[in-house]
Amino acid sequence: MPGAVVPTVRIQAEDFDVAAEIAKMTRDRADIGAVVTFSGLCRDEAGRLAALELEHYPGMAEAEIGRIAAEAVGRWPLQGLTAIHRHGRIAPGENIVLVVAASAHRQAAFEAANFLMDYLKSRAPFWKKEHHTDGSQGGWVEAKEADDEAASRWKQAVPKRN
Amino acid sequence: MSTKLIYFAWVRERIGKPEEDVELPAGIETVADLLRWLKSRGEEYEHALQYPDVIRVAINQEHVEHREKISGAREIALFPPMTGG
Repeated sequence: MPGAVVPTVRIQAEDFDVAAEIAKMTRDRADIGAVVTFSGLCRDEAGRLAALELEHYPGMAEAEIGRIAAEAVGRWPLQGLTAIHRHGRIAPGENIVLVVAASAHRQAAFEAANFLMDYLKSRAPFWKKEHHTDGSQGGWVEAKEADDEAASRWKQAVPKRN
Repeated sequence: MSTKLIYFAWVRERIGKPEEDVELPAGIETVADLLRWLKSRGEEYEHALQYPDVIRVAINQEHVEHREKISGAREIALFPPMTGG
């Protein structure tokens, strides 16, 4: 089904409902055989972290995740793809990010979700600042080299579909 | 023609403002030229852009390399490596 899937991308302050997003994607269809979801949550770092403050670049955040999602749709035979990223103050235990990928078979759904997260971590314009439980400001989270490496491994991994 | 510069995260904090409109002097052709010129504009810029290699740049809301030409850019954003997800 070339060109059939238009990814859903949302950047929002409010929380999301994982089950509702899956239901939205699979409603009234019987051709989806696999749905993979990834949720990223805020950790408390062993009690040290009071909250994360997520700054983003409005406009570009949507555009960049849209570009990554469009590439995923081009590379894997997907029947649905949703990416939601929150911004603002997020407390430990709360959701930060959601990816939902649907396909006829599991492999494409797993790989597309993984690809989307790897690229999102190193290319989506978001920055995390830590707030500590002792009241001190923890500063900006540093980018991990491992995240860049995770993204670059996809450059050769899968041949592009036509 | 003035160009809108936008700053995020610690780049924004160190420069001390979220955005500004600037008139780029003649001879500023690439992103690298822009970073070098900005860095010379005062202590706060020097502090923010001390290590230009780590600064990521987007022109008109798309990632670019430092060698990219900036002619025709309406909006140029400077920010640290991203930490979303």
